[in-house]
Amino acid sequence: MDTLVAQLQRQFRDYTISLYHQGFLDDQFTELKKLQDECSPDFVAEVVSLFFEDCEKLIGNMARALDQTGNVDFNLVGSSVHQLKGSSSSVGAKRVKGLCITFKECCDSQNFEGCVRCLQQVDIEYKSLKAKLQDLFNLEQQIVQAGGRIPQVDI
Amino acid sequence: MMEVCNCIEPQWPADELLMKYQYISDFFIAVAYFSIPLELIYFVKKSAVFPYRWVLVQFGAFIVLCGATHLINLWTFTTHSRTVALVMTTAKVLTAVVSCATALMLVHIIPDLLSVKTRELFLKNKAAELDREMGLIRTQEETGRHVRMLTHEIRSTLDRHTILKTTLVELGRTLALEECALWMPTRTGLELQLSYTLRQQHPVEYTVPIQLPVINQVFGTSRAVKISPNSPVARLRPVSGKYLLGEVVAVRVPLLHLSNFQINDWPELSTKRYALMVLMLPSDSARQWHVHEMELVEVVADQVAVALSHAAILEESMRARDLLMEQNVALDIARREAETAIRARNDFLAVMNHEMRTPMHAIIALSSLLQETELTPEQRLMVETVLKSSSLLATLMNDVLDLSRLEDGSLQLELGTFNLHTLFREVLSLIKPIAVVKKLPITLNLAPDLPEFVVGDEKRLMQIILNIVGNAVKFSKQGSISVTALVTKSDNRAPPDFFVVPTGSHFYLRVKVKDMGAGINPQDIPKLFTKFAQTQSLATRSSGGSGLGLAISKRFVNLMEGNIWIESDGVGKGCTAIFDVKLGISNESKQSGIPKVPANPQHANFAGLKVLVMDENGVSRMVTKGLLIHLGCEVTMVSSSEECLRVVSHEHKVVFMDVCTPGVENYQIALRIHEKFTKRHQRPLLVALTGNTDKSTKEKCMSFGLDGVLLKPVSLDNMRNVLSDLLEHRVLYEAM
Repeated sequence: MDTLVAQLQRQFRDYTISLYHQGFLDDQFTELKKLQDECSPDFVAEVVSLFFEDCEKLIGNMARALDQTGNVDFNLVGSSVHQLKGSSSSVGAKRVKGLCITFKECCDSQNFEGCVRCLQQVDIEYKSLKAKLQDLFNLEQQIVQAGGRIPQVDI
Repeated sequence: MMEVCNCIEPQWPADELLMKYQYISDFFIAVAYFSIPLELIYFVKKSAVFPYRWVLVQFGAFIVLCGATHLINLWTFTTHSRTVALVMTTAKVLTAVVSCATALMLVHIIPDLLSVKTRELFLKNKAAELDREMGLIRTQEETGRHVRMLTHEIRSTLDRHTILKTTLVELGRTLALEECALWMPTRTGLELQLSYTLRQQHPVEYTVPIQLPVINQVFGTSRAVKISPNSPVARLRPVSGKYLLGEVVAVRVPLLHLSNFQINDWPELSTKRYALMVLMLPSDSARQWHVHEMELVEVVADQVAVALSHAAILEESMRARDLLMEQNVALDIARREAETAIRARNDFLAVMNHEMRTPMHAIIALSSLLQETELTPEQRLMVETVLKSSSLLATLMNDVLDLSRLEDGSLQLELGTFNLHTLFREVLSLIKPIAVVKKLPITLNLAPDLPEFVVGDEKRLMQIILNIVGNAVKFSKQGSISVTALVTKSDNRAPPDFFVVPTGSHFYLRVKVKDMGAGINPQDIPKLFTKFAQTQSLATRSSGGSGLGLAISKRFVNLMEGNIWIESDGVGKGCTAIFDVKLGISNESKQSGIPKVPANPQHANFAGLKVLVMDENGVSRMVTKGLLIHLGCEVTMVSSSEECLRVVSHEHKVVFMDVCTPGVENYQIALRIHEKFTKRHQRPLLVALTGNTDKSTKEKCMSFGLDGVLLKPVSLDNMRNVLSDLLEHRVLYEAM
């Protein structure tokens, strides 16, 4: 019978691998994990939460800009998308980054319906990523509380 | 025949003259009686207000009827018919009725008319009173206007004399004074001196003692006080006997303590000091001081006090400013003189040093050569002495030059990486021969956590250790000498004003040299580090030394942000010399408990490398920062190009700038940084972080003077490699 710790560790490993395979995360996230050490033990969590705050703010800006029907400032939307793309590529949020690329094209061609659609998708996407990462961090916590070590997952 | 008539024939036909006069009078009466009502009607019609019209009508009727009666009377003088008599009777009856009615009415009316008269009188009185009050108000308003104008005049200037003069002039004019004077307290505060007068152009130096009762009376209240024209303060000019002196009023003017009259401890005077203003009405007029005039005087006195203190403050500050400017000029001159002196001394020293060293080298070199040749023992002894003396002299010259450079702060440490353990061993091997000869065993203890590779000034550290150990050997006749080196944290044995805080990439090295030699009297310990002071008796003076060694060592230790001190239990009980210095830890020896990719030992020396990261995106900024911190760099973060230009300095070795945002503004920073740092070795290396590394981007980066391009997101290995490449191919000024 597996111990609780071993179970949790296996769960953690499987979940992480699934996230990568499903395309939620990419190599950049691995790089981020490499930067976490004793000096900055919560580095990944901090960066990720900063990213989600950024997402919220940028998406809000874009929603407001797109609400001005007939007078949409596509430059503003475009620059917000650019920011979001930069942020998402820095943390390794692969799907969000992909959506941002599509979004940018819609902005450049001033395609209003396309933009609205992309915005909705980005919103959904970052929220689901947030939920999944939250689960992952919870798992980590459980492992640590159970006295185990967080396993190194090689993709 | 004549008819008989009923009328009475006049008895006296001879009185026909009388009758004629009566006739005429009646006629005139009638005319008058008729004309009066006409006149009345005319004038009443003219005047709009007349309440008693009805009475007038009555009166008119009465008069008319009277007139009619008299008119009809005219016909009764001669025979008249019965009709006439009838008419006459009717008229008389009517007249009787009307006149009785009028009489009755008059009883009613006349009191009213009389009361009208009283009311009229009353109103006239009231009007007169109002006129008087108006006059008073107007006077007061004028006074108020005068006060405002006066105040304005007084407060519009900050010059004390103008203020006082203006006050007196304006007061004199407003109140039409004969004389106006201001008495100021003297420096000692014991007397009042006549300072300003209105009429006299040059007031004579005239003082009165301040303790006069009249003066005390005036100073005791803030109101204007009437004083006798014969009091000393009011006697301003020779008085001819025939004048009746006008009334005099005096008021105090508070002098706020910021005025520049010095007062020496006058205990009876309260903290408030006053001046006295004396105002005299013209002598030959019967004018008296009115209440509102005295109020005006009080107000003016207050305003003058304020204006005076302002003027005094201004004078004070002007004086202070002038003083400051003088001091500045003097300081400037002194500084320049000092600089000149230092320069001159340095020049002198340098020249002398060179001039002295050249012959010195010749002596030393040739003596050494001479030593190698065949010599008799006597000759050998002489040559050795010459050699020893010249070595000593050379050291002395070096020491003097070093110390003078140390003192005026022109000495700087030459930092480099070196092996600490090797250093200690070298020092020991240098000292060992002498120690062996004196039969003093030396032991060296290096703490196990002592880093091997450190960053610091190797030459000078060796000089310090040599000096201390050399002293230990020099002043010990027996016993052993132990040298201990360890890493120190805050130790309670350190002197109380020195706290040791090991920071990340630095540590404090502590070296203890203990000997069992002559020891030192605890009272002499402070003198040890003074230049040229020696505590040994003349007998041991022969051991040489300039007395500068410890002083120089102390200077070097201080330059290395450390401290040096000596502990001794007393004469003959040996002593321990201890010093702490701050050294940098070289990257190879850094303890790593985390698994990391094995670093290329030649390149991965980023300890304390100062970098600047410019990125508008918060998230990617944080990631880049984490990356660089992980590699051991010291990271400063900015989020805009303006901030970047403000913050960047020659301490930053690399600047990472994000050029993802569209537009060329970010590239402009590279140009600006090139402008800012003209010396190539001071300029930080510029690396662009971009989302695409196609050819055009790379060319663009090159054209704007960037030293490298990185594709975002950067991996750890990537960053490490780039940094190594950068630091290797661009030879930096210091060896890090």
